[in-house]
Amino acid sequence: MSEHIIDINNLVKHFGDNAVIDGISLSVSKGEVVVLIGPSGCGKSTLLRCLNGLEPIQGGTVTLHGEPVIHGDKSLYKVRQKIGMVFQSYDLFPHLTVLKNIMLSPIKVQKRDKAEVEAKARELLERVGLSDKADSYPSELSGGQKQRVAICRSLIMDPEIMLLDEITAALDPEMVHEVLNVVLDLAKNGTTMMIVTHEMAFAEAVADRVIFMDGGVIVEEGAPSEFFRNPKTERAQRFLKTFTYTK
Amino acid sequence: MDFEFIKKFTPMYVEAARLTLIIGVIGISLSAVIGLLCALAKYYRIPVARQIASAYIELSRNTPLIVQLFFLYFGLPKAGIVWSSETCGIIGLAFLGGSYMAESFLGGLKSVGKIQIESAESLGFRRLQTMRYIVAPQAASTSVPAICANVIFLLKETSVFSAVSLADLMYVAKDLIGMYYNTWEALLMLVAAYLVLILPISIVFTVLERRLRRAGN
Amino acid sequence: MQGIEVLFMGNNMLRLLSGLWVTIRISLISIGFSLILGTLLGAVMTSKNPVVKAVCRVYLEIVRIMPQLVWLFVVFFGVTKLTGLNLGGETSAVIVFTIWGAAEMGDLVRGAFLAIPRHQFESSLSLGLSKTQMYVFIIFPQAIRGLIPNVINLSTRMIKTTALVSLIGVTEVLKVGKQIIDANRFEYPNAAIWVYAAIFFMYFLICFPLSMASRALTKKQQGGE
Repeated sequence: MSEHIIDINNLVKHFGDNAVIDGISLSVSKGEVVVLIGPSGCGKSTLLRCLNGLEPIQGGTVTLHGEPVIHGDKSLYKVRQKIGMVFQSYDLFPHLTVLKNIMLSPIKVQKRDKAEVEAKARELLERVGLSDKADSYPSELSGGQKQRVAICRSLIMDPEIMLLDEITAALDPEMVHEVLNVVLDLAKNGTTMMIVTHEMAFAEAVADRVIFMDGGVIVEEGAPSEFFRNPKTERAQRFLKTFTYTK
Repeated sequence: MDFEFIKKFTPMYVEAARLTLIIGVIGISLSAVIGLLCALAKYYRIPVARQIASAYIELSRNTPLIVQLFFLYFGLPKAGIVWSSETCGIIGLAFLGGSYMAESFLGGLKSVGKIQIESAESLGFRRLQTMRYIVAPQAASTSVPAICANVIFLLKETSVFSAVSLADLMYVAKDLIGMYYNTWEALLMLVAAYLVLILPISIVFTVLERRLRRAGN
Repeated sequence: MQGIEVLFMGNNMLRLLSGLWVTIRISLISIGFSLILGTLLGAVMTSKNPVVKAVCRVYLEIVRIMPQLVWLFVVFFGVTKLTGLNLGGETSAVIVFTIWGAAEMGDLVRGAFLAIPRHQFESSLSLGLSKTQMYVFIIFPQAIRGLIPNVINLSTRMIKTTALVSLIGVTEVLKVGKQIIDANRFEYPNAAIWVYAAIFFMYFLICFPLSMASRALTKKQQGGE
């Protein structure tokens, strides 16, 4: 757990005059699962988007294995192949079947062999329990199934790190589980991940490290057992309280 | 009804319809090319090109084809640009249609959500690849109904070509009415000719649209 | 390429403008009739009776399948032949554009009503409004709001289409332009380019603001929802 995959150094991101991320430094090591939590608008989703170069940043640096990730940069597409990202909304390509959704980028972007890619795609579908949906179109899938396919579509690129941005937030409650189980399975197999989620029980189960953000800064971080039982800061305590109902 | 008359002059209508169709096809194809270029200029916000495209679209959409044709056919020769009726017809139709096509293509491109582009980029697609594999196929199918409507609209607009002395269907009908006073026969053949020209296309497009709509759901 | 003076010589500009007024007048009258008849037709088209629906549909499709110019010819030449009385280009044009405009307007009205969500009707009634109150206070205001940009668009289409009346012998702006060009043939051989450019921009100056208004309204409505 020593090799750094991603290094974030003093990252600053503004939307207009509003500093959404106000100086964040953070490193993620190989095999580590980091979960970002915090109230809505605290900047955790924006942080993930900056890591993938989807947002221009106003200060600091993001590097993947020492290579800078810069929004709008010509060689950004090379770095991005090593970063898998799954979004909150279903973003499968609606004009392609499940199998083609997964196979398109390794074939077109990485120029890999079609037969090898197809075998790998089917293997991934098997792993997430969707072998029988290979030839379906996204419109024929449930939300949970779509998100599992989206995970496969990122995994097939052999990314060094997966970024999951509230991937269960738009799902019906009964589908949340099937998706989170896939993520837990990935964690067990040593996939490096950064996860933004509102599912606290899941966060506790999957994380090696929990980072609590508020107002664009890291307020508290630590091991999940420590954080969820004994949050040190008052802000974290208040946030965690909102998840329990008391009369 | 004078059937001898109809029989005698049907070949003239067929010839005129053929001319209308040829000019229509060329003009509409050109308008699709112009439309695509304008749509891309606006979609990618290419400086200068996008402003030119916008200005052109407004000029083209807010003036009648017949006025555009008069300018091309009677006006431009005074500036040393002399075009035949056929060329004027094609250019006029392309000028008019380009703006309608541009709006349809642009509508299709804009209908592809930002999230689609972001996920393609996250997978390492480059800009052109994103366009080719992700945006274009989706945009194409959403713009089909609008494109079809444009084709029919433009085909109907070809009826003003007679104004620049192109020997099209209207021209033949007017000629026959003026020469022989067989008004009913001439008009009947005119209506029939346009029906033959437009109805099949209209039906094919309706079926196509229905099929697309079903595939989309 | 001199010759632009022609536009400002004597009362030429005034003549062009009064030629333009001829087409605008035809458009305005036709638009007026279309609004009234189209609204009635639209109300009929929302009927659930399949026969009524089919008849309306057929009417709309027949009007739409032919170029407007063909209909102008049919009415202008055909009616004269049939009745022996000369309708004249202007009257023929008003008839054709009203038949066409009413069909399109009817379709727009129908669309505007269908676009109103069912629950608007249901919640109005459940609030205790009478049927009349429901239409007056809830349904019509929403339908009209959505209708206005489309009606403006239809009007610009009709204004542009009215330029065709020169082809059935109405002395409108294109004809006046030609007269001016012919009268100055020897002194100003290049007058044509300026005259037709002027007519081009006259139409543009009428239609462009209308298009802008329609777009601005659409944007505002979409943004407000």
